[in-house]
Amino acid sequence: MDDSDLHLLLTIRHFELALLRLFEQGRIDGTTHTCLGQEYVPVALRPLLTDDDYVFSNHRGHGHYLARFEDPAALLAEIMGRSGGVCQGVGGSQHLHQGRYFSSGVQGESLPVAVGAALSLKHAGSSGLALAYIGDGTFGEGAVYEALNMARLWDAPLAVVVENNHIAQTTPTDRHLAGSISGRAAAFGIAYHGTGSQDLSAIRADLEPLLRRVRDHGEPLVVEFDTVRVGPHSKGDDTREPAQLQAARDRDWHTAYERSYPDQFAAADASARGAVDAAVAEVGAREPSDWRVAC
Amino acid sequence: MLRTERVVDNLNGALHALFADDPRLFLLGEDVLDPYGGAFKVTAGLSTKYPDRVLSTPISESGIVGVANGLALTGNRAIVEIMFGDFAALCFDQILNVSAKSVSMYGRRLDVPLVVRCPMGGNRGYGPTHSQSLQKHFIGIPDLLLHELSPLHDSLTVLRRVLDGGRPCMFFENKPVYGERALAPGAIDDLFGYRFADEDRNWARVAAEGGAGTVLLITTGGMVSRALEAARTLLLEDEIDVTVMVPSQLYPFLPQPLLTEVARAEHVLVAEESTSGGTWGSEVALRLGEVCWDRLKHPVGTIHSRDSIIPAARHLERQVVVQAQDIVDGIRGRVAACTS
Ligand SMILES: Cc1ncc(C[n+]2csc(CCOP(=O)(O)OP(=O)(O)O)c2C)c(N)n1
Repeated sequence: MDDSDLHLLLTIRHFELALLRLFEQGRIDGTTHTCLGQEYVPVALRPLLTDDDYVFSNHRGHGHYLARFEDPAALLAEIMGRSGGVCQGVGGSQHLHQGRYFSSGVQGESLPVAVGAALSLKHAGSSGLALAYIGDGTFGEGAVYEALNMARLWDAPLAVVVENNHIAQTTPTDRHLAGSISGRAAAFGIAYHGTGSQDLSAIRADLEPLLRRVRDHGEPLVVEFDTVRVGPHSKGDDTREPAQLQAARDRDWHTAYERSYPDQFAAADASARGAVDAAVAEVGAREPSDWRVAC
Repeated sequence: MLRTERVVDNLNGALHALFADDPRLFLLGEDVLDPYGGAFKVTAGLSTKYPDRVLSTPISESGIVGVANGLALTGNRAIVEIMFGDFAALCFDQILNVSAKSVSMYGRRLDVPLVVRCPMGGNRGYGPTHSQSLQKHFIGIPDLLLHELSPLHDSLTVLRRVLDGGRPCMFFENKPVYGERALAPGAIDDLFGYRFADEDRNWARVAAEGGAGTVLLITTGGMVSRALEAARTLLLEDEIDVTVMVPSQLYPFLPQPLLTEVARAEHVLVAEESTSGGTWGSEVALRLGEVCWDRLKHPVGTIHSRDSIIPAARHLERQVVVQAQDIVDGIRGRVAACTS
C-alpha cells in the first residue's frame, strides 16, 4: 500500500493505543471503544467518499473520524476535554459532528437518520450518498430494519457498512444473530457485498463500482466486512479466552503487514507514533475546554 | 369574531401555506396520501400538490422520526404525523436522543427544524392505546419544545415560529378539537371574549366582559371547550368569575404574562387531560410557586384525569377522562373550602 494509507492506518493505531494508556493513567474519563484491528475499514473507504457524502458513525468511531478528517489533535482534545476539541468536549468520544460527519452512542438509531440524509441528497439532485457504520450486534435493533425497509422502498442512496467483528461487547455473534446479515439484506431486496479482505486496493476495486451504483441509481447497499477486534470492547474489558484473543491477533492486518514489508512499516510506524506522542503532549498541556449552556 | 372555519381546516391550511413557502419542507406519516389524507384528514391535499415531499411511510414510528431527523439535520425541515399520538412512545428515543440532543450535544448549536404532530386524547371511545395524553412524558427534555393545538391559536403562526426557531417540537393535537370552531380574538359568545396577553400571541386570555377574575384557570388547547363550558356554568349558577388562560407553548413554560392575573385571582388552578401523576399541571403549579409565591393567596390547584388507563366504553371513559363537570366540581370545591 502507499505511504499515505499506511501512515493513516498507523496513526489510528497509535491514537487508540495512546487512549488506552491515557485511561490507565486516569487522564480520560468515561469510556472509549478503540478500533484496534479494524482501522483498515475506514481507510479503505476513504478515497471512495466525496465531500458531498454524509458519514454516520457509531461508538467505535475514532478510525472513521480520523480517516475523514486526519486531525488527531482535535479528536484527542475532544476526548480529553481540552480546548480545540471537535465539539468543545461536550460530545466526547461517541458524539462527534463536523461538516457532514455525525456520530452517536445509541446503537442503531443513526440508520434511519442516515436514510433521511440520503433522501435529502437525492432530493437536491446530488450524487452524494449517506454511509452508516454499524456493528454486527446492532442488528438486534428494530430501527435498523425500519431503516433498511424505507431505504429500499424509497431508493435512498444509503451504504451500510457492517463491521462484523464477531462479537458485541461480550456476546459472540452466534449468540445474538439468527440467520445472517446477507440474509437480512436479501429480505429487503438490498444489494449485499461481503468481504474478508484486508487489502486496501482489493477492497477499493470491489467497492468502487458498487458505491457508484448507490450514487447513480439511489439503490441502497449493505457491505459486510468480516473483521476482527484486537483490543477490548472498551478500556480493559475483554472476556475472550486467550485462544480466541490469539486467533484475533493472528488476523490483525498490522502483524501481517509488518511481517511482509518490514522497512516501509518501520519508517511509517516511527513517524505515526511520533506524531501521536507529540499530539498527546501538546493537547494534554492545553486548557480545559470551554462551553456555556445555551439558553 | 365568529369564524366558520374548523380547527382541522385551520391546521390543514397552515400546512398548505408552509409547503407553498418552503421547497425544503417534508411531511412524513402513515397513510397521509390523498385521497385518504391522514387518519384525521389533517394532511388532505398536500400529497397531491407536493408528491415529492409528502412521504407516506411504513408503520415505523421510530424510523419515520429518524428519517425526519436526518432531513432536518441536512438542511431541510420536517413535519411528522404520528397517526395516534400514543405511538410517540415508539419514537421516544429518536425524539430524546437525536432530535433534542443534536441541538446542543455537538458543542455548538445545530438547527433541528422538526415538528412531531401527535393526535392525542380521549372522549372518542378509542380505548386504552388510542386515547392517552402523553404530554407529561416529554416535559423537561432540554431543547425540546411542547406545543398544543388550540381553537384560540392560529396554527400557521405557531408552526411557522416553531420551525423558524430551529428547535424540535412536539405538537399535541387533542382529537376532539379538530372539529371545533377556530376562534379569532374578540367575542366568543354572549358572555366571553378573548384577547392575547402577550405580543407573541402565546397566551390566550378568555374572560367574561368586565369580570373580576376570582378564579384563574390555566389550561391547554385541548381543554378549551371544557374549560369554557365550566366557566359558563360557574358564572351563571355560582356567580364565580373564571378567567381562562391558554398557552400554545406548554414547555418550556412561559409564566410572565400570568403574573398580573395571578395577583388578581383568589384561586389559581390548572386543568389538563393527562392522567394524574408527574404532569404538566404539577410543573406549572411548581413554577408558579417559584416565580410568584408572594402573589398566590392559596396553593395552585390541579384538575386532571384519574390515575388510570383509559377505558373504551364511553360511560367508563367519562369516569376517567376529565370533563367540564370535573372542572366545575374542582373549582367549586376549592372556593368552598377557602370560604367556609
Ligand atoms: C441502544 C444501545 N444499547 C446498548 C448499548 C451499549 N453498547 C455499546 S457498544 C455495544 C456492543 C455493540 O456491538 P456491535 O454492534 O457488534 O459493535 P462493536 O462494539 O462490536 O463494534 C453495546 C451493547 C448502546 N450503546 N446502545
